Amino acid sequence: MSAVAALGRLRAAATGYAQPAATVRHRHLSDRPVVFVPYAMSGEAFAPLAALVGDDPAAPHLLIVPQPRDRDRRFGHVADLAAVLLPYLTEWLAKTETIERKNDDPYERAVDAPQIVVPSPAGIEYVRLLGRSTRFRRTDGEYAVDPDVPLLGRWCTYLAERARTPGSSLLLAMTDLLARTWATGQSDLENGELAALLGWIDPDPGRTGAETAREAEGAAPAGPATDPKFDERLAPMIAAYDHAQRADDPRAGARAEERIRDALGGELMPTWHRMWRGLELLRELPVGASVAGRWEIDRMSYSLFSADLAKPDSRPQPRTPGAVAAAQQLVRRETAQARLEAEQLRDDPLLMAEARLAGQAFRGDIVAVEADRMVTEPGKKQARPRPLLVLRTSDEPLMTLDTELECVERPKAKAKLVAVAESAQGGTLDVRLELTGGMGRGKTPEEGSVPETGELLTWTTAAPGFRGGPKWPEPEETPWTHGGPPDPDGGRPEGAAEDDDDPGAEEPWS
Amino acid sequence: MELTTPAPTPGPADGIRPGMTPAKAAAAVTDAVLADLGSGRHRGVVVDSPPGAGKSTLVVKAAAEIAGRGDALMIVAQTNNQVDDLLLRLAADHPELQLGRLSAADYRPGEELAALPVRIAGKAADLDGCEVVVSTAAKWALVDDRRWAWAIVDEAYQMRSDALLLVARLFDRALFVGDPGQLDPFATVDAAQWHGLTYDPSQSAVAVLRRHNPDLPVHRLPVSWRLPATAAPLVSEAFYPFTPFRSGTEKHERSLEFAAARHGDPYDDVVDVAAGSGWGLLELPSGYTLPSDDETVRTVAELAARVLVRRGTARSERGTNPLDAGRIAVGVSHREQRSRVEAALRRIAADVPGAGDIVVDTANRLQGREFDVTVFLHPLSGRRDATAFHLETGRLCVLASRHRHACLVVARAGIPELLDAHPSAEPVHLGLPVSFPDGWEANHAVLATLEGNRVRV
Repeated sequence: MSAVAALGRLRAAATGYAQPAATVRHRHLSDRPVVFVPYAMSGEAFAPLAALVGDDPAAPHLLIVPQPRDRDRRFGHVADLAAVLLPYLTEWLAKTETIERKNDDPYERAVDAPQIVVPSPAGIEYVRLLGRSTRFRRTDGEYAVDPDVPLLGRWCTYLAERARTPGSSLLLAMTDLLARTWATGQSDLENGELAALLGWIDPDPGRTGAETAREAEGAAPAGPATDPKFDERLAPMIAAYDHAQRADDPRAGARAEERIRDALGGELMPTWHRMWRGLELLRELPVGASVAGRWEIDRMSYSLFSADLAKPDSRPQPRTPGAVAAAQQLVRRETAQARLEAEQLRDDPLLMAEARLAGQAFRGDIVAVEADRMVTEPGKKQARPRPLLVLRTSDEPLMTLDTELECVERPKAKAKLVAVAESAQGGTLDVRLELTGGMGRGKTPEEGSVPETGELLTWTTAAPGFRGGPKWPEPEETPWTHGGPPDPDGGRPEGAAEDDDDPGAEEPWS
Repeated sequence: MELTTPAPTPGPADGIRPGMTPAKAAAAVTDAVLADLGSGRHRGVVVDSPPGAGKSTLVVKAAAEIAGRGDALMIVAQTNNQVDDLLLRLAADHPELQLGRLSAADYRPGEELAALPVRIAGKAADLDGCEVVVSTAAKWALVDDRRWAWAIVDEAYQMRSDALLLVARLFDRALFVGDPGQLDPFATVDAAQWHGLTYDPSQSAVAVLRRHNPDLPVHRLPVSWRLPATAAPLVSEAFYPFTPFRSGTEKHERSLEFAAARHGDPYDDVVDVAAGSGWGLLELPSGYTLPSDDETVRTVAELAARVLVRRGTARSERGTNPLDAGRIAVGVSHREQRSRVEAALRRIAADVPGAGDIVVDTANRLQGREFDVTVFLHPLSGRRDATAFHLETGRLCVLASRHRHACLVVARAGIPELLDAHPSAEPVHLGLPVSFPDGWEANHAVLATLEGNRVRV
């Protein structure tokens, strides 16, 4: 934990109110997100029990499964869910812009994209399991399901995969968003429960956050796992429903189903309201400057996935990625992570404060500028402008000399750390920087590209460059070190994971 | 650190017999490796090398052997420094070889390397005709119009398997060399999704290679020439429980002598303890702190400076040398700690000339380096919890195996209690090879030895 994060938690614990952990919102929030609060039956690998879903806070769709172990009802539930979600997921494709690409054909990018918000990371895992258990279902023959079921499965698989990319915002978890923005006086584990977390941030009138959070401890959980006490209440209702089914008594069955529906609705509604309250609070924060850029990547990803889905030869995502695909995923996510960290730092003075305390950034006034300095670098023939800046700071830069630096206030400027020395003024340091970039290509720096005396600037270590990725081998060229090309017949050695995209493949729990 | 499967004990194939001298045992393994390379029976050969077991020497010998047969050879190293070091060794031992270095456009060779007849180019095509071409894995990944009969992959346990995937199309056969006990490669994002896949991209290159090619011969260098007789048994038992190695020297062959203590304070005491036993623990009072609290940083820097002030003399099978700043190193876990200890040493340098020249670095960057005396800050010092990062045995192994004479540790009291109170709670993943040794147990083994060499501040 960083010193700033620790301080925030200590202050929250001492005052009883959540403290800011960020000064801007680091994720995109849609104007019209869909909130999805699922419940699964306990004791089952994946048995949907209920869901509150919709884009209107005042009118949620409550979908329930009176007997979650009944496979027909289970896939019927997914079809109901698809009727709500699929139109929402695809309507954004109506409005697109044409985007040119280097080394590739232009493509149509949606100008906005869908966004689904679930209560917690466990909700994202629920979406992944939903995709996994439905995308291979047959739509004909024995045990056929509604065609929308495997289609929603592919969307869910896509969204849950996308959610693993750092900084993406198509599928978000509310507890992640809140904990990223506010520090509370409780542990990470406790922050995982929406009711308690929101209690700290948005206390009841006349109570502290700590008190509200403690009060919320007995509240209905945000799911997908249910409260065991609730399970005990539910069990006889499901038994009554089963009994009515066996007795072939439709009226008793409907009555039992209605009771189950009421019970589940009562359990889920508080979370539904908290979700919208959380969104309201998050919208009050100014949005980070780089958020739109990351949302653009989400829009691209969404558009490309939709285009692929529309192709006649499109197949469900494989159960496990091949060797090349897995390596690509890892490297892409690491690149996204590095980009996210660098961007968030520059967007948010509070995160920058952490970096400054850790010696990875510094802020101060420019006290001297040698603007017309020229240097001929080793291996170069011509002298280039290399202005020298002296910045006075009360921070303590802990970078090694020659570290490449970037400036928050002047995003184009690049510099190198030359020296750090005690300044004439006690308690501060004079940092000497050599300006190395952002001055144009001319023999003299472009007008206004060299900072002037008196400017207050923040410098931090340069973000890793985002060059084009490496050239990956085609899957059929997988080298011997990684098991060779995948066998199209699926006959791989023992223990080997295999791409299984047979639409009829049985899931272990189905 | 990982030993994906308990590595095979060297059998008669490697020709080691009880009672052999260390030199003979090591030579027997080298011969067996070279024989495997020459036999043409294997697509790959793996050589595990414990700390200081002569890995570079083996790489140079193998390179000469392969190039001597007329086979084109590429060498994959992990960092630019490693590439340069290898080229210097190759040029010194085998001046007859035409060497090439594939480099990024902004690479500038150091003075030593620039003086050698090594061809340096940004494109593989410009190095045609070189018998051995050396580069980093990252640079090799950009080559796509050449192919080599053989590759030597150095520090293969520190290479991630996705990096191997990018270069494996360039060679037909390969020798993989590395230390399985050092730090595993890491991912900056959660990689649990791929755990259990045989080609898990977050695992080391050797782990993936061996899961797909279980029949490849695996050799193990049996002697550490770096670690003294006081350290080899502990490091071997704690970090290489199934693949023991021994020290190349006996206790009486090395010694460390210091001038008489000036202050007689705990710093002097712990230096004297370490000079006698090879290990020393300077213990601060227990407390929960941030990673680089002032007291700890100051103590680490003071201790390193004290080792220098005491004007030690190191005597070994290589001769006698004064213990100057270049022979002392400080190891830490975090970059912030490194920066703060460096800054503290620079301040001390006003009173202790040379203190600013003591190498301070993180475990990751100390891998492969060697000093006479090391001072390290225990990764669990001042912590409330024992996370996987801090428990990683590779980190402790690197820190505890860089020295030829003595290793000093600075730690806050209470680490054994912390270990006992925080059993590892990492999720268990199906299909993931069991990794040995267990971090908890290795930590306790090291602490037990340090316990007997403790001085309290």
